Parts: sequence; structure tokens; C-alpha cells
Amino acid sequence: MNAVDSTIGVAGSIAHRPIRARLLRTVGGFGAITVVTCLLAPLVGSTSISLARVFDRSIPFADNVDAQIFFVARMPRVLAGAVTGAALAAAGVVFQAMLRNPLATPFTLGVSAGASLGAMLAIALGLGVAIGPFSGVPFASLVGAAAAAGIVYRLATMEGRAMSTTVLLLAGVTLNAFFSALILFVQYLADFAQVYRATRWLMGDLDVGSFQPIVASLPLVLAAFAMFAFLPSSLNLLSIGADAAAARGVEVARAQRLAFVSASLATAAAVSLSGPIGFIGIVVPHLVRLLVGVDHRIVLPASALFGAAFLVACDLAARTLMAPVEIPVGVVTAMLGGPFFLWLLIRRA
Amino acid sequence: MAAHTTGVTRLAVVLVAVLCVAGVARPRAQGMRIVSLVPALTEMLFALGAGPHVVGVSNFDDYPPAVTSLPRVGALLDPNMERILSLRPDLVIVYGSQTDAQQQLERAKIRTYNYRHAGLAGIFSTLRELGAAVGRTPDAERLARSMQTHLDGIRARVAGRPRLRTLLVFERDPGSLRGIFVNGGVGFLHDVLGVAGGSDVFADVARESVQPSIETILARAPDVILEVRVREDLSAAQLAKERSVWMTLSSIPAVKNNRVYILTGQFLVVPGPRVGEATETIARTLHPEAFK
Repeated sequence: MNAVDSTIGVAGSIAHRPIRARLLRTVGGFGAITVVTCLLAPLVGSTSISLARVFDRSIPFADNVDAQIFFVARMPRVLAGAVTGAALAAAGVVFQAMLRNPLATPFTLGVSAGASLGAMLAIALGLGVAIGPFSGVPFASLVGAAAAAGIVYRLATMEGRAMSTTVLLLAGVTLNAFFSALILFVQYLADFAQVYRATRWLMGDLDVGSFQPIVASLPLVLAAFAMFAFLPSSLNLLSIGADAAAARGVEVARAQRLAFVSASLATAAAVSLSGPIGFIGIVVPHLVRLLVGVDHRIVLPASALFGAAFLVACDLAARTLMAPVEIPVGVVTAMLGGPFFLWLLIRRA
Repeated sequence: MAAHTTGVTRLAVVLVAVLCVAGVARPRAQGMRIVSLVPALTEMLFALGAGPHVVGVSNFDDYPPAVTSLPRVGALLDPNMERILSLRPDLVIVYGSQTDAQQQLERAKIRTYNYRHAGLAGIFSTLRELGAAVGRTPDAERLARSMQTHLDGIRARVAGRPRLRTLLVFERDPGSLRGIFVNGGVGFLHDVLGVAGGSDVFADVARESVQPSIETILARAPDVILEVRVREDLSAAQLAKERSVWMTLSSIPAVKNNRVYILTGQFLVVPGPRVGEATETIARTLHPEAFK
């Protein structure tokens, strides 16, 4: 763990080195991987379809099964995977740097537990109405995530100074446990079918069925990424410590606030779109650091791109390996991510 | 006068004899106290006339209406043994998988009936076994025969008609095509669909419940989409809106030919005495012309 810890810490010394060429090269490389993955993924699936038929304009769309499989089933799914993967991986990077903890994930601070409680309540109460562009369950999970983030934020800034990362972590972990207990309680009161649906929601699902849910989440994800753009330099300094960062001219409180809000927003949007898909937010950032070093100006965009490609690939496995039955995508990411992360630990120790 | 007295005596003797025979025939039903943790079997008990003997039911029981006033004693995952014992039952109906509860009841010297869920044929064998367990074998036989006649009648009506390839949906997130769970190739709903003149598009998946992707649903192209819902509180407008969710998948014959249905009612999913009604409802939906 110390080895990983120190790789995040070293970042401070390289905070402001010019990196334009390296950034272009790395982002170009990871961007190419992502684009190729996203272009190839819709071509593969549990059914074999003919590309010629997909794009055959002479067949009306309403009658064209191949086109519907391509445009209604696969494309939204790949896109949802890309958006979710990018958001979770980037949020993981930000949380790890901000909390100075290599084990931090987008779910450490209770955001996903809040989202899960919201979703569970929506399922148990049969909340079916659409609110704005969101249908019931995604909206409820978004509200739950916002509530969790709000509580943690309020606790960590109680004394009107910069955030205490210790309080953040403790509050987050406690809130996770507390919300999980509430989820169990609601599940206990719900009936079997609802419990089953809620459990399935927790495993993550990218089969969104139309572009609409993605369009609903996209503004939130884009807002989060716009905030991410201002973060990398201060993250480099924050990751060596708040005092050291302050000494080098970082407005610590402001940078922490921006990091917390943006990463929470990205996580909330991703979880409300696809459920709490685990391991992306921890495996992808570490793997990317292993490949490109520790400078957040490179790690952050590279992780977002690689996270997108990684989740799209995992979902491809999820929907084809056991067809016509699916493997929940969260199970796939965990089965790939868990052993990989252990290997990473042993290798670096 | 004497003759009349003899007549009365004779009648009394006959009556006593009849009562004795009846008493011998159902010795265990005398004052029997039954607790049922399985809603489908609670229904069977009431249909067999053993309703007055039922003294406790599961948390999920709500049919027949008489059960709503009975004490609730937990369910599959959380049977409340203390409550069950406090009801002083002679017979407790439990799920076959509730082995802990079975052992506890065995130690308390209380008889159990261990229910195992299995297909349409399982409903009949369960009914007969349950009838024997509560001393109502003839009632069970009579009920089983009338249910069988009902099912045979439905089968005969749809015979010779095209077997419609059906997607039987029993869960879906409201207002979207997410969280869809459908019927697979095992279980009583699969059998019911067969009797009702349909064939399951996921019959090849040997599970009761399948979560198909939208891609697979498109590829399987069902002739009919049948959504079965337990809750009956949706308005006509809401039902229409829920049906319209499927319109995105316009290449599916069911959608193209406007053959997407939402059926509501708990009786549709209970493997109990109302299975005939459930089958007929589904058959009438699939083959309305067969019932004209």
C-alpha cells in the first residue's frame, strides 16, 4: 500500500512541469482505445446482425430488426457504458487525490449508498412517475446521492474551515454503513419481487433501452467534467498534503470543495444511470497511474478515457458470455477488477 | 305413538352413526389448528373447506379475504417461531427450503407439511397431499377434478390454433424498458402459458425467471407481449402509458400488431386453486376468437 501511497505523493514535485506533448500523446493513445472499443462494441452481441441490413435505408426502421438491435439495444448501451465508466474512473482519481488515500473509490463517501437507498425506496414504494427527464428510480437515486453528499459535506466543513479529510472519510464510511442498514430495513419490509429488483439494481445494469436516460444524465456528467478541468494542478499539490499545497499557493478550501462537488456529481450521475458498478473507480485509476505516471493532468483525462473503454468492454462480456442470459455488469467488473487489483498490490509491494 | 317413537329412535341412531362415520373419516380435522406460511396453500385450505381451521398465515397472505384478520407469523425468510408456537398449531405448512423451521417444529412435536414449488402438475399433487394431511381427501379429489376439467376445457378451445410465441413479463421498471424479468422454460406460469395456447419465447432457458436484454427481446421477436401485474391500482391511462413503453421496439411483431397486453391481478401468479381462472384469462387474451 505504501508504494501506491507514495506514487500519489510524488505528484507534488511535478505539479507544474510543462506536459503538452506528453498529454497529447497519452490522451491521443487512450482516446484511440476508447473510440475503437466504442465503435467495435456495437458490432458484437448475443445475436448476429448484418451491418448491410442495419444501414439499409430501403427497409423502414419499424420493420428492420437488425437496425433496431443496433440503434435501440446496442448503441445506447455502449454509450451508457462509456459515460458511466468515464465518470466513475475520473471520480475515483479525484477522490483518491483529495482524500490522499489510494483505497478511496467514488463510493467511499456514501454517495452510492445514498443513491441505493433512494432507488430502493422508489422500488419499494412503486414510484413510477417520471420527474423531468428522469424516470422514478434514477431520480430517486439522484436525490439519495445528493442527500448523502450534502450530509458528508456539511459534517466535514462544520467548523467553517477547510475540509477535514479525516472527517470526510469517517463520515462517509459511517454514512455508508448507516444507509446500508436502512436499505436492509426497507428490503425487509418490501415484498420478494421488489427485493429482487433492488438487488439486481445494486449489481449495475447498462441496458438502458433508449438514449433518453443518457440524455438525462449527460448534463450532470458534463458539468462534473467541466469542473474536473480546473482540478489537476491543485490535485497534484493536494495529494502531498493540505499544508504543503497551501504553502504553494493552492486555495485549499476552494480546491477541496470543487473536487468534492465535481466527483460527487459525476458519481451520482453515473450511479443513477447504471447503478453502483464497482471497481471501475479504483482499478482504472491505478492501472492508468501504472502506465502514465502520477501527474493528474495526465492521469485524470487518461483515466476517464480508459474507464469508458474498460466498462464498455466489461459490458460486452456481460451481454455475450452467457447469452441469452446476462451476467450483471457489476459482477463482471468485480471479477476482473478484484484479482487484478490484488495482483497490482503484490507486484508493487 | 310407539311406532312413531321407534321411528325417531331409528332416525337418531342413523344420525349418530353418520356423524361417527364422518368423524372417523376426518379424525384429524376435529378442532385441528393449522398455520400456513405459503399463500398458495392457504388458498387451497380455504378451497377445501378447511378455512375455519387456519389460525395463522404468512405476512404475504391476502386471499381469500378471510385471511386478512388472521395473525401473521412471518414468511419464507423470517418465520416467527414464537408466534407460530403460541398459536398451538397441529399442522404447520412451510416451504421445503425452511429446514430450520421444520426441525424446530419437529422438536416441538408439531406436524409440518413441506411445500415444494413445481409446475402445473405440482399444484395438483400438492392439493391431493394437502387434502390427505388435513383429512379432506374427497374434497381435494373433487376440487382437483374440477380444476382439471376447467384446464382441459381451455386446452380444447385453443387446440388447433397457432401457438403464439409469447413474452410473459412479470417485472419491469415503471415507464421504461429497464429491469425486465420474464418467464423462462420452467415453472407453473410456463405450463399455464402452454395450456392457454402460447409458447414461451424463452422456453429454452431452464429457469423460472430470466432477465433478458433488449437485444434478445428484439431478436426473439414475440407475437404477443403479456405483462402480468400483481398490483391492480393502475388507472386506464397509466396502463395505456405503460403499454406504450414497448412502442420503441417497433420491429417486434407483438408491437407492430398491437398485441401488447397488461393483465392485472394477484390470482395470475399464485400456483393455487385459481390457476384455472388465471389460465382462462391468459387464453382469452391470446385467443379471444376461441371464446366467442
